[in-house]
Amino acid sequence: MGPIGTVMSTYRIQGATGEWEVVIGLEVHAQVSSQAKLFSGAATAFGAEPNSQVSLVDAAMPGMLPVPNRECIRQAVRTGMAINAQINKWSRFDRKNYFYADLPQGYQISQLYHPIVGEGAIEVILDEKGPEGSTKTIGIERIHVEQDAGKLMHDQHPTMSYVDLNRSGVALMEIVSRPDMRSPAEAGAYVAKLRQILRYVGSCDGNMDQGSMRADVNVSVRRPGEPFGTRTETKNVNSVRFVMAVVEQEAKRQVGVIEDGGAVVQETRLYDPDKNETRSMRSKEDAHDYRYFPDPDLLPLELDDAFLEECRASLPELPDAKRHRYETALGLSPYDAAQLTLEVETYLQFEEMLDAVVKASGKGEHDLAKRVANWLLSERAGLLKSIPEGAAHPKNTVEANTALIIAASEGTISGGKAKEIFAAYLTSDIDLAAEIDANKQTSDTGAIEAAIAKILADNADKVAEFKGGKEALFGFFVGQTMKAMQGKANPQVVNELLRKALAN
Amino acid sequence: MTDLTELGVAAIRDGVAKGDFTAVEVAEAFNANVAAAQEALNAFIVATPEKALEAARATDAKRAKGEPLGKMGGVPIGMKDLFATKGVQTTAASHILEGFTPEYESTVSQKLWDAGAGMLGKLNLDQFAMGSSNETSYFGNVISPWRRKDGGNAALAPGGSSGGSSAAVSARLAPAATGTDTGGSIRQPAAFTGISGIKPTYGRCSRWGIVAFASSLDQAGPMARDVRDCAIMLEAMAGFDPKDSTSLDMPVPAWEAGLSGDLTGKKVGIPREYRMDGMDADVAASWDAGIAWLKDAGAEIVDVSLPHTKYALPAYYIIAPAEASSNLARYDGVRYGLRDLPDGAGLQDMYAATRAAGFGAEVKRRILIGTYVLSAGFYDAYYTQAQKVRTLIAQDFKNAFTLCDVILAPTAPTAAFGLGEKSDDPLSMYLNDVFAVPASLAGLPAMSVPAGLNREGLPLGLQIVGKPFDEQGVLNAGLAIEQRAAFSAKPEKWW
Repeated sequence: MGPIGTVMSTYRIQGATGEWEVVIGLEVHAQVSSQAKLFSGAATAFGAEPNSQVSLVDAAMPGMLPVPNRECIRQAVRTGMAINAQINKWSRFDRKNYFYADLPQGYQISQLYHPIVGEGAIEVILDEKGPEGSTKTIGIERIHVEQDAGKLMHDQHPTMSYVDLNRSGVALMEIVSRPDMRSPAEAGAYVAKLRQILRYVGSCDGNMDQGSMRADVNVSVRRPGEPFGTRTETKNVNSVRFVMAVVEQEAKRQVGVIEDGGAVVQETRLYDPDKNETRSMRSKEDAHDYRYFPDPDLLPLELDDAFLEECRASLPELPDAKRHRYETALGLSPYDAAQLTLEVETYLQFEEMLDAVVKASGKGEHDLAKRVANWLLSERAGLLKSIPEGAAHPKNTVEANTALIIAASEGTISGGKAKEIFAAYLTSDIDLAAEIDANKQTSDTGAIEAAIAKILADNADKVAEFKGGKEALFGFFVGQTMKAMQGKANPQVVNELLRKALAN
Repeated sequence: MTDLTELGVAAIRDGVAKGDFTAVEVAEAFNANVAAAQEALNAFIVATPEKALEAARATDAKRAKGEPLGKMGGVPIGMKDLFATKGVQTTAASHILEGFTPEYESTVSQKLWDAGAGMLGKLNLDQFAMGSSNETSYFGNVISPWRRKDGGNAALAPGGSSGGSSAAVSARLAPAATGTDTGGSIRQPAAFTGISGIKPTYGRCSRWGIVAFASSLDQAGPMARDVRDCAIMLEAMAGFDPKDSTSLDMPVPAWEAGLSGDLTGKKVGIPREYRMDGMDADVAASWDAGIAWLKDAGAEIVDVSLPHTKYALPAYYIIAPAEASSNLARYDGVRYGLRDLPDGAGLQDMYAATRAAGFGAEVKRRILIGTYVLSAGFYDAYYTQAQKVRTLIAQDFKNAFTLCDVILAPTAPTAAFGLGEKSDDPLSMYLNDVFAVPASLAGLPAMSVPAGLNREGLPLGLQIVGKPFDEQGVLNAGLAIEQRAAFSAKPEKWW
């Protein structure tokens, strides 16, 4: 593996005539999280009654004018900062002109010539469990803000189509990558990482199934090392899995076309998830002439230093930094760190829990992080999956979790016991503190030594076998001892005392 | 009793306030004139006598209670049918918006109602404000109340696009009216009909609720009998509007209180490029008279150069149609206005049929020009180039204003022409705006005031162009001319 950023993908399409490399660039449309639309005060809630969130501006009534929404601009800037991109203090809105029934103004207000965010990059991890080297830097060319269109409804009337303008004018960020990806896995990892960053920043909810985030996938193929081939663009792909499928199917299709003696046509395509194939939508010849020009209703957008400073100061700790901190300052494994930082909800829960446990026990974060991570990722995770309410169970409180984590971390009870107690606590009417107390492990060496002595005496044959080299029997003695102690013996103490007794 | 319709804004405002007459009496008098002239002049698309009366009653009631009456208290006005008026049809003189009744009120018209004005009706105009003669209205030509003193009764153009406004004010159908000016649409009709009109600095008046023609140029302004009336009405119309991103966030000066015809210490620039070969002799003479009047008012006259003037008209006829082609895309038959849906038509067919039926020839011409100049492959040669010219023209004025405070020029190259004389020749029609367009491209305040009559007995206007935000300087120079020109001519009533 080479250094970060120059990792060579080994993904190849095996064609009839040899190997092909796939080249991918993505344009991700992310709906900006904002109460109001980009240029009007109308609301933006998902799933509202058709045409209930439409202002006079959104419906393009005569004489209506757009006014930029500060929050949408702020979110785009924060997003740019989160991908270490150049923030353009001077940007401008352009009109993209075309006629369609879902586009009331007859133009979309976008930013062609002077986007608000310039060059940036994000780093994707191709294999979370793999070595550090399996990361890759994907360049981002620009982010611009633009208006979304409305929605046509074709199922309301036998001969007419209806228009829902709720989405008309909603703010989108278009995040345009460099053609830096070389495999379905890289494209998938890029979208997932971008989604993670957007969710951390809070600039987009990342709900791909609701259309809050969707990707236009540009794919071309070439012989390794040769110049780029002709690309196609598959529009509006709305899941990470589909993005990967589009890359795979489209690359295979293009290789087939070329190997059959044809040429790839530059065109817009659609993905059909049911058939897992892409279909031609329109070719370059039918492409619109969008007649872009600066929107004369809007002044150029000029950002001052105070605004930029506020944007920067309001950024949270970002995924890469957080993961790194979990590994170094908290001593977590790369895998645990990745798992805990994947979703905003997860890290928030982890940090809240860790904080509570630190406060309640007086120990350091480093001493407790692994225990809290285990509790959240394995012990409790499994348990919550098995109950109908899941994490939303009313008794799944920070206090209850904290008590159990502390008891387990102090060796008062085992992790397994903690999980058992929590299950009982959630599903029946027991007192948590009393239950923990009742299940306290004993570190009373006298009692444990007595139990061990009795077990060794009762199993003299096995002791002989152990001493003869059958070390696997150690587990048997541990089990017997724990059984004799009714599960309340501290396993560590049991281990130590057993070693000592068997060494005699 | 005096004929109330001979009174202007200030006289009506003061007379109502003093109790010389009631606002209702004023409204009734103008309502009567509106009704009597409609068939002959066609100045209004819709008359709203009850709206005028309603506002007048409110003013009279306020006076009875001793409440303040507002800057325009008791003054009925005409509203160019480009301003959205809640509950009253708003058409931009087009078929495509025929029957369209907004649920909202434009910022400027709302400010006027808030200042105590009442609405006599919606005034005719060139369709979507595209035209210089008011011959492109779907609702028919406006006929100027003026006639040549040549024994003929040729129907004359009231100018455009605010032709209904100019005709109504000069024919005493309204003491004042709103206009909008994109490339001279307030100033040229004011000049043609012997009234005053000012286009303020771009951004002074909110564009919110005004049907857009060319967003970077459109500005609302008043048209009235004299300079004082313009100052009063502009104060009521202007002001920052957060709903218009291009609105100026500046206080509105007290222009009326600041009026002074004494120009001592002021410098008036005379742009040499405006004195063109073959210039109409009467227009040239009125310009010379204007120079003498301003000198008499105490101003120093200086020669200035606006070297890129000859490129202004071509640049304007690229930028304005480009913006219009996009601004008018919303009239598509989907949400409001005309929808022409032939049997079995799809979406594209509906667009084509609706827009073919809904737009007039001049509007279509400009949409086509605008679409062409923005097209891939032509954009840089036309639109980008025109924007560069626009920058140079603005720079010309900036340079000139280092030498002078205001610029004096004719408003239009000729007096009013006859209806039909230029309607088959768009280029000669466009040339009528040659003196008006540069100030529009530069976003500068500019006004036209009557300077006298030509040999045919038709009014001629003089134009004053000022520095950005210096409406006061423009109004004062206008006042100085007004005081010396002593223009009192009015059209002889034939309707």
